[in-house]
Amino acid sequence: MARLIVMGGGVSGHTAATFAKDMLGKDHEVIVVTPNSMWNWIPSNIWVGVGGMSKEEVVFPLAPVYEKAGIDYRQAKAVGIHPEGNADGETPYIVIEYTDETKAGQTEELTYDYLINATGPKLNFGATPGLGEGTNLGEHTVSVCTADHAEHANHELNACIEKMKNGERQAFLIGTGHGMCTCQGAAFEYIFNIEHTLKEAGVREMADITFITNESFLGDFGMGGIHFKMGGFATSSKIFAESLYAERGMDWILGAHVNKVEAGKVTYESLDGEMDTQEFDFAMLIPPFAGVGLKAFAKDGSDITSDVFAPNGFMKVDAKYDAGAYENWKASDWPRTLQTPAYKNIFAVGIAFAPPHTISKPMSSPNGTPINPTPPRTGMPSAMMGKAVAQSVVDMMQNGATEPTHTACMAEMGAACVASAGKGLFTGTAAAMTVYPIIQDFEKYPGTGRDLNGTTGELGLAAHWVKHVLHFVFMWKAKLKPGWTLIPE
Amino acid sequence: MASKHINHIEPYSPQFGTMIPLGTQKFFRTCVLWQIVRFVAINIRMTILILKSHH
Repeated sequence: MARLIVMGGGVSGHTAATFAKDMLGKDHEVIVVTPNSMWNWIPSNIWVGVGGMSKEEVVFPLAPVYEKAGIDYRQAKAVGIHPEGNADGETPYIVIEYTDETKAGQTEELTYDYLINATGPKLNFGATPGLGEGTNLGEHTVSVCTADHAEHANHELNACIEKMKNGERQAFLIGTGHGMCTCQGAAFEYIFNIEHTLKEAGVREMADITFITNESFLGDFGMGGIHFKMGGFATSSKIFAESLYAERGMDWILGAHVNKVEAGKVTYESLDGEMDTQEFDFAMLIPPFAGVGLKAFAKDGSDITSDVFAPNGFMKVDAKYDAGAYENWKASDWPRTLQTPAYKNIFAVGIAFAPPHTISKPMSSPNGTPINPTPPRTGMPSAMMGKAVAQSVVDMMQNGATEPTHTACMAEMGAACVASAGKGLFTGTAAAMTVYPIIQDFEKYPGTGRDLNGTTGELGLAAHWVKHVLHFVFMWKAKLKPGWTLIPE
Repeated sequence: MASKHINHIEPYSPQFGTMIPLGTQKFFRTCVLWQIVRFVAINIRMTILILKSHH
C-alpha cells in the first residue's frame, strides 16, 4: 500500500484528493492535510459580502465528506517537507502542526510516497501597512477572501446603507490593496454587486463608487487583457470593462500600488510615480498572495527551501523560470505536468505552483515600484490541475508509470469565468467569459494570442443563472454526492 | 436629441472614451426569453471549452 498526501483542501487540493481516492480505492492511502475545518466555494463569497447568500450556504464541514470517501483527514498545516528523509532513513516525510482544538499546536511527521502541494495562497495583508497584520485583515477595510470576511463585509455594507438612508453620502473604494495583487476578478465582481445592492436598497444616488486597481488598463484581469469576438470585431476587454463601469457610473484609478491604509484613506503610488490619496467610508481591498511559508530540508537537515520554492514562496515545477524579458516569453514557458524537477514524487497545483512569470506585461513606476497584476490560477484551472495531477499520480502508484501521464498546462487549457454583476433571479446580470488558451500564444494564434472562436464574453441575465447553477453544482460535487465524478471541472 | 438611455457623461473623462449600451442592448440583457436562449448557448460554449482543455 502506497501513501499519497495532499497538502491543502481548497479547490485544487480537494479535487486532487477526492479523484485520487476514487481511482485508487482501498488499495492505497490518501491523506489530506489542511488547516481548515470547512470547505468554501469561494466564488460565492461575493454574494455573502452583499447579503445575497448566508455564510452557511457557501461552506460545509470537511470531516464527514472525507470520512465518507475513505480519506484520512488531518486538520493541520504542513510546516516542513523532508523529500530525502533524514539521517535515520530515506523515506520522505512532511511535518504537520495540528490546528483543530483538541490537538492544537501538536506536531507530527507523516511519511509519503507521493506528495501534492495544494496549499493555496497566504493572504498577505501585512504587505501593505494598515491593510492588516500578516494574514489577518486590518480594521480599516473589509475583504471577501474568506466566508467570514465576506460576512463581516456585508455587516459593514449594511451600516453604510443605513447611513445613506439617513442622508449621509458614502464613498466606496473597491479593488486591489497592493501593486502585486492578483484576483482582480473578485474585486470586479464585488464592486458591481455593491452597486447593484445599493440600487436595490434605493440609495445608489447617495454613493460615490471608485475602483482602484494595479492593472494598467481595465480588463487586464492579470491575463494581459482578452480580445472577444463581438459584433464583427475582436473587441478588447478594456472596452468591455470600461463600458460596464461607465454604464454604472463608477470611477476608476489605474496602475495603483496602495502603499498605506489608514482610517478612511488610502495612499497610493501610480505608474507615473505620483503619490496620491483616496478617501473612503467603505473599502474592500484584495491583499497580495504569497506562498504559505513551507520550508524544505535535505537529508542532512540543511535548508533547501530556496531550491524547492521560488522567492515568493510558491513551489517550483516543470516551468521555464529563466525566460528573461517580456519580449522573450512564450506559452511553452508554462508548466505541463506540475511535477517538481528535483523530486519526481512531488507535484504542486493551483495557486501553490510558482508561475514562470506574470501573464500581464511587467511594469514599474519611475521609483522602481513594480505595479502589475500577478497571474490568476484559481477556479477552473486549479481544479483541472488537481484532477490531471491526481490521474498522473494514480498511474504512477498503481500502474507502474514512471513519468506523469496527464498534463494541465495553462497555455493549453481554457478557462470559463462567470463574473457576477448583481444577484437576482430576473434582475441579476453577470459577465460570462471564456478564454482559450489562458496563456496568450502568439505563435499559434497570431494577433490577439488566443483562439477567437474560444474566447468570448457577454453580459446578461443568463450568465447570472449560470453562475447560480454552478454554485449548487460545485457544492454538490465537492460534497461527493451521487454523480459527482461526472461533473466536469 | 438626447438619448433617454444615457446619463450625462463628463466630456474628456475616462468614461467618455468608451461605448455605452443603449436601450435595445439593455433590454435584451434581461429579456427572459432571449436569455433562455443565451443560457443554452453559454453552456454549450463552456462544454466545448472544457472538452478542448482536458489532456
